[in-house]
Amino acid sequence: MSDSVETAAVAAPAPGTSTQPAPTHTGQSGTVVRSTVLRRLFKNPLGIVAMAILLVISLLAVLAPVLAPFEENYSNIAKTLAAPDSVNILGTDSAGRDVWSRLLFGAQLTLLSALLCAGVAIAIGLPAGLIAGYYAGKFEAVSNWVVSILMSLPGLIVLLTIRAAFGPSVWISMIAFGILISPSYFRLTRTAVQSVRNELYVDAARVSGLSDWSIIARHIFSVVRAPIIIQTAAIAGVAIAIQSGLEFLGLGDPSKATWGVMLSEGFKNVYLTPTLLFWPALAMALTIGGLVLLGNAIRDALEDGEKIKHRKKKATLEGSTAAPAAARPSRKSVAAVDAGTEHHLVKVTNLGVGYPQADGSIKKVVDDVSFHVDRGEILGIVGESGSGKSQTAFSILGLLPDNARIVAGSIQFDGNYTVAPGEELVSQARLSKLRGRRISYIPQEPMSNLDPAFTIGYQLVTPMVRVLGIAKEEARKRALKLLTDVGITNPERTFNAYPHEVSGGMAQRVLIAGAISCEPDLVIADEPTTALDVTVQADVLDLLRELQQRLNIGVILVTHNFGVVADLCDRVAVMQNGRLVEEGSVRDILRNPKEPYTRTLLASMLEGKTPMSMLVSRQKEPVA
Amino acid sequence: MSTTENDPVPAAPLLSVDHLVVEYPSKKFRAKPFRALTDINITIGRGETLGLVGESGSGKTTLGRAVLGLAPVTGGKIIFEGKDISHATRRQRRTLSRDLQVVFQDPYTSLNPALEIGAILAEPLGVQGMEQTAAKKRVKELLDQVGLPSDAIHRLPREFSGGQRQRVAIARALALSPKLIVCDEPVSALDLSTQARVLDLFLQIQKDTGVSYLFVSHDLDVVRHISHRVAVMYHGEIVEQGPADVVTRDPEHPYTQRLLLASPVPDPDRQEQRRADRHRLLEIQRHQKEQAGAVA
Repeated sequence: MSDSVETAAVAAPAPGTSTQPAPTHTGQSGTVVRSTVLRRLFKNPLGIVAMAILLVISLLAVLAPVLAPFEENYSNIAKTLAAPDSVNILGTDSAGRDVWSRLLFGAQLTLLSALLCAGVAIAIGLPAGLIAGYYAGKFEAVSNWVVSILMSLPGLIVLLTIRAAFGPSVWISMIAFGILISPSYFRLTRTAVQSVRNELYVDAARVSGLSDWSIIARHIFSVVRAPIIIQTAAIAGVAIAIQSGLEFLGLGDPSKATWGVMLSEGFKNVYLTPTLLFWPALAMALTIGGLVLLGNAIRDALEDGEKIKHRKKKATLEGSTAAPAAARPSRKSVAAVDAGTEHHLVKVTNLGVGYPQADGSIKKVVDDVSFHVDRGEILGIVGESGSGKSQTAFSILGLLPDNARIVAGSIQFDGNYTVAPGEELVSQARLSKLRGRRISYIPQEPMSNLDPAFTIGYQLVTPMVRVLGIAKEEARKRALKLLTDVGITNPERTFNAYPHEVSGGMAQRVLIAGAISCEPDLVIADEPTTALDVTVQADVLDLLRELQQRLNIGVILVTHNFGVVADLCDRVAVMQNGRLVEEGSVRDILRNPKEPYTRTLLASMLEGKTPMSMLVSRQKEPVA
Repeated sequence: MSTTENDPVPAAPLLSVDHLVVEYPSKKFRAKPFRALTDINITIGRGETLGLVGESGSGKTTLGRAVLGLAPVTGGKIIFEGKDISHATRRQRRTLSRDLQVVFQDPYTSLNPALEIGAILAEPLGVQGMEQTAAKKRVKELLDQVGLPSDAIHRLPREFSGGQRQRVAIARALALSPKLIVCDEPVSALDLSTQARVLDLFLQIQKDTGVSYLFVSHDLDVVRHISHRVAVMYHGEIVEQGPADVVTRDPEHPYTQRLLLASPVPDPDRQEQRRADRHRLLEIQRHQKEQAGAVA
């Protein structure tokens, strides 16, 4: 997540090798919670209840021959439809058979048939899915055909036909149902395998010479294991329902006790002894319910990360009502900014941004950061990942995640507070009037910031129509002019193109065109050239410089590249671990850095270094 | 296990690639296949680093993958230690993996998130049939070699930062003491200072073990720093290759010239100079193109 550990190692000018501190420390990435899925399952009351139910039912089924007072088909003609008594604790049915005994033997058969069905489905679906997903090609094409045919068959009718052909056997009908239901495993497995087939770690295993089977067993099977378990819980439930359904219709083997047969028997006598219907129905409800709940509990256990997030949010609210709110009363009217600072386009004063943690503390990602940007000026914010540079930019834009809090300081834009001192959230009401109109944004990944479903023209025109209130035709003309301005040779074609039809450099030009379309005063560019090729980067930098000078806008350029800084910026702020380490004019910082951290960063630049020389180890002596 | 077991000629390069062509079959019916690489010729000697530089889509990654047997070789030969490996079977690859290894770009997807670091590092050792106790010892050595704490063995990849993960990936590549490591953009996902330390590590390992690198990168500065020789790729072809110092300071091919001047330097005034040089170069090249067009 972050390189905080690495960064810490750089910052400390410890001599010797580059041994890292033991990553037990809770840096930007926080503590890592690791527990087994099983342990999490046992912490979930739902999981415990479900497992307890299933365990009890399985035990009863296994011990049926011992526990049952009678044979499953032993009938006492003298005592039919009897009420419960000390001999027949649940009463007897219309043939005088003991309900309790039949329920126990029925559990045996019902559970086994469910297992058989799931087993058959897995035995067919899982290997087929693994092979189809991993190798693709002909096998996949053929198996997709077979699967489509299987899925188009009307299941119940097939089962009835099989019953007619092979007689009333639970096992045969469950095998057939297993085959019918195997496509669900096939599809699940194939999709999961496809998603990891091209992962680099699979490539690495291939390079190591692992055979395909070992790769599937070691690297690919682990991806499908969890969904298969969840699926099996559901399938077993369905199998019980289907099997009982068939027998309820009277298609089962009358010589065997199953819950379905008992249900059928109970239904015939529903007016005489309604409880006959109740017991098998209860057993089925408990078993199927247990299976479904178990499936849910396993899913919850596997998605533990989600839960921590929820808790975090709750803690956020508690934390926010407790300490800071009391200390800093919120005001309806926004205070005026300090006199003498109105002329700055943006002024950030002692800004702190934090994320409340589960234990009630607040993890600060931006701490005591102050800087300002004037019109026509480019400020570079430089830092490594986890330095808080993007968080700072996002707090000016008002695009911080919901659970982020402004824990200190203020932000003012053109003489008005967007975040007044004492406020702990960015006021969306104030910022939405500014965003797009006066403050705009150029993102890092050009491709993921254009909607693939709309043409580039549409995505440029719509904001202009909305924000500037101009007619569509007028906006179209402007968009074409903007595209020409950003150096696109055939603007008409780009205007009508979808994002996937243009290159990355072109997409970034389009986003820059979008950013300046509403004539903003401030542009915040977050690593605008990082995803681009070096030659394209040079073109985009030229474009940014030319536009900035022509329109006299203020720019905040977030980057990690000192070359880009040297190319564009007037002033630089260096950030590390959420703090502003050093700020000054670009020449001062790049030529005479005061802070050791800035020096370390600059020393890591490769430009001008003797090839094949050690970079960090060499530079360690002169520090201190 | 392989068919020819003859000793390599001492003077012969470790790896040589002759007239390599890689084509991907097109998805459309009867359409022309997509040609990713055209007539590639490179050699890498023992203990040497060949830097491969180019823009995205230039085929530099594909060349690395072809050497590793992860891309379809349509024409030409890849010869490693005197043996033709362009169509090596999986069994031959297994033998080959002792000598030929890889470090990928993305340290986040190149390690299986479900396996502990120890298991990841032991995997190539297990394939070669090393015993568990010996493998364990070797894993400890490897962690030490790449500067990771030994308690990393029982931790999962997600507990490590990008730079540390890349160290794990390097350790995995080193596990069998290979003769050649294909490094596919191994530092481009890393922070500046992390990149510097990982580059140091690559150099140190080469110094200690005499391993050769095929070092793929889009960053001319990185390639200049780590390579003995540099090859420049453009649209699936190698347009220029030679000693690192020459290619990265005084390039001949127009693309390399553009590439060199496009990479910004960390000083405002020198960068302004370079910017001006670049604009001048672009002007000249455009001029030449027009003239060439007029002549033709």
